[in-house]
Amino acid sequence: MSYAATHDQHDDHHGAPKGFFQRWCMSTNHKDIGTLYLVFALTMFFIGGSFAMLIRAELFKPGLQLMEPYFFNQLTTMHALVMIFGAIMPAFVGLGNWMIPLMVGAPDMALPRMNNLSFWILPFAFILLLSTLFLPGGGPSGGWTMYPPLSLQSDSLAYVVFAIHLMGISSIMGAINIIATILNMRAPGMDLLKMPVFVWSWLITAFLLIAVMPVLAGAVTMLLTDKYFGTNFFNPGGGGDPVLYQHIFWFFGHPEVYIMILPAFGIISEIVPTFARKPIFGYKAMVFAIACIAFLSFIVWAHHMFAVGLPLGAEIFFMYATMLISVPTGVKVFNWVATMWGGSMTFETPMLFAIAFIILFTIGGFSGLMLALVPADFQYHDTYFVVAHFHYVLVTGALFAIIGAAYYWLPKWTGNMYSEFWGKVHFWNSVIWVNVLFFPQHFLGLAGMPRRIPDYNVAFANFNMISSIGGFLFGATQLIFIGVLIHCVFFSKKKATDRVWEGAKGLEWTVPSPAPHHTFEVPPVIHDDELAHGHVND
Amino acid sequence: MAAAAFALASFGSVALAAPGPWQLNMERGASTWSPVPYHLNNISLAVCTVIGVLVFGAMFIAMFRFRKSRGAVAEKWSHNTMVEVVWTTIPVLILITLAYLATGGLTTWADTTGSQMTVKVTGYQWKWRYDYVDYMGKSIDKVGFMSKLDSQSNQTRQLGSGMDPFAVKVGDENTYLLNVDKPLVVPVDTKIRFVITSGDVIHSWWVPATGWKIDAIPGIINAAWANFTTPGTYRGQCAELCGQDHGFMPIVVVVKSKADFAAWLAGQEAKSAAPAAAPAPAAASTAAAPQATAQVVAVPAHGSKG
Repeated sequence: MSYAATHDQHDDHHGAPKGFFQRWCMSTNHKDIGTLYLVFALTMFFIGGSFAMLIRAELFKPGLQLMEPYFFNQLTTMHALVMIFGAIMPAFVGLGNWMIPLMVGAPDMALPRMNNLSFWILPFAFILLLSTLFLPGGGPSGGWTMYPPLSLQSDSLAYVVFAIHLMGISSIMGAINIIATILNMRAPGMDLLKMPVFVWSWLITAFLLIAVMPVLAGAVTMLLTDKYFGTNFFNPGGGGDPVLYQHIFWFFGHPEVYIMILPAFGIISEIVPTFARKPIFGYKAMVFAIACIAFLSFIVWAHHMFAVGLPLGAEIFFMYATMLISVPTGVKVFNWVATMWGGSMTFETPMLFAIAFIILFTIGGFSGLMLALVPADFQYHDTYFVVAHFHYVLVTGALFAIIGAAYYWLPKWTGNMYSEFWGKVHFWNSVIWVNVLFFPQHFLGLAGMPRRIPDYNVAFANFNMISSIGGFLFGATQLIFIGVLIHCVFFSKKKATDRVWEGAKGLEWTVPSPAPHHTFEVPPVIHDDELAHGHVND
Repeated sequence: MAAAAFALASFGSVALAAPGPWQLNMERGASTWSPVPYHLNNISLAVCTVIGVLVFGAMFIAMFRFRKSRGAVAEKWSHNTMVEVVWTTIPVLILITLAYLATGGLTTWADTTGSQMTVKVTGYQWKWRYDYVDYMGKSIDKVGFMSKLDSQSNQTRQLGSGMDPFAVKVGDENTYLLNVDKPLVVPVDTKIRFVITSGDVIHSWWVPATGWKIDAIPGIINAAWANFTTPGTYRGQCAELCGQDHGFMPIVVVVKSKADFAAWLAGQEAKSAAPAAAPAPAAASTAAAPQATAQVVAVPAHGSKG
């Protein structure tokens, strides 16, 4: 109580700056920067989503109806780049920005000015990237993986490389900030092994980011010098090796896919105990599993390259290492189910998204295990089976976790409850249409439809049409999400309590709703039984 | 009932030469090795299905039994070492089984020794080139050709062509985007070594009936093998994004009986030798060509007797 009183008094003196430019462009406040990240990610989600709608429209039936193949290739490339670097990653950084200081009892991020810079780089990076669509020669069309020699044929390579450099700088600064905050700014008594799993997942993710973003920067710089400065890193005519690029790229790329899923694991580990009203099962195992997955992510990269003609020994090593990942991942899924077992569950929108995550992400994990088996991968590789796989882990995985997190923490951010009815409408439409969209793509891949093609044989017509219908409706459903957000932020009359959810535990629920501009200027006193994961030392 | 029978038919394992409508599962293929990925696919899918039913089943039971609306009171426990050890160990055992199966299949795939024929495959934007290197221990000269999308598909696929992809047919089979002007012709029951490379960007040579695909990479020569068990026409596509017409460079392999193949090869060699003979006045080199042809024809005849 005394905390709230001092806080209110403080806010009167210097709360949020009044001017728009002052508040948003010059912000050093973790909550405002978190909001900026989230709004940016949502914007990019709709831009990337509109590319996906065009892709599905062209694939609605056989024959080319809407666009030239070259433009189709630009769309698939841009869709991936925008969704990965513009939507999923910034959304997680936004959630981390908002929640990590609140969860560890810190007054702000450790490096607030750098926090501002790491956000404000992003809009410029994406303006640069998206502008290529309007330039002569068009946008990048060689796939988001930018394999040479194909990517070297692109006129927009320099723009894309520079945009990726900017995104990488932004990510690295964000990661440094998160590590510095978690390691230095925790309230007294918030030991590392008492931190919420979400904070743990971000700590590990941040190390992954610092380790691999420079590798990506190096790889694309080598592309740049190959194209413009006469080097021959990847040019066989000059003694280079196109496969070298793939090794470097996937040394970044595989940890990258865990960068996009580990914070999701953290989110699910917060939501499930809250709505099961029971501590998370096996807290230490959960943390250890995340660390294990992060370690393994560095030694599995060549499973993206089983068809490039690796030596037998390499294929076997990367197959075994990849299969091993399913052990810690399985532990996580089992632990979430065990958390529910014996609980007292309610099914508000965040919990619905978390449950859908567990089931659908696991389906993506199953297809991942199948893809790890090299002889089977010889058939699956570069088909729609792979497309189905990574959309199950990224859309019903990462994206569903982000949406669940938004519903979960929205009342804390805004002080208002969202409409539970419309939240559920959003959920049920999302979960149905996303499966109509992606499940038939497994069949298409198994039947032999390669990915990244704008047109196909009539044998693939039925499932493509079903998939497209699912895609359009899944896309339209996300407009409901916008409606729920706008209603909650600006119009909802139902005020949120400080605790918000009956079963919510953790420091973020001890501050008022909406969370005031400055929190924890006086470090909170930690009571172990108030922490979400329960008694760690049992 | 009808729907179930239909679904079963779509899932069944007939040796498909090309994808079928509503096809749900991978095809068994038509080579000696192609059942490996097919069985591995089915086994791993079955394993995943069983695990999925158990895990999701437990989750749905939990969601039903432990609902607050049914008066469930939350318990406090958050550990059970025994259970955790069990559900870490069992997946490891399952993985070891799958790894064993996969490793065996992979090792046979990687062994390209003892091949009776070699075909060089070169990817170009956006067509394939096939060069016949040797057959039954004899080298083959000057049999090679480009293979690109057939003209009917090519006209139909143009933006705004107004033509119907469903009308692109060879006999009863729809061949839209899966037909070429000049297919690769190979013999049945022959271990064929494919050496695969590219002349520009990376492509990937994939005929699902062989059970594998492998990238065609400039500056690198990859090798893989196939031994077709049934004569027929097998269709595939480029499987690595290679530019604007990536979707329009199909692969067609026509598998012939050994006798038919020998006749076809002789015809090809004669064709390539004839124009070569005209400009070259030196008798020695031109005289050698027909002789070589005769030998190549003779070899499979021996093979089929023995």
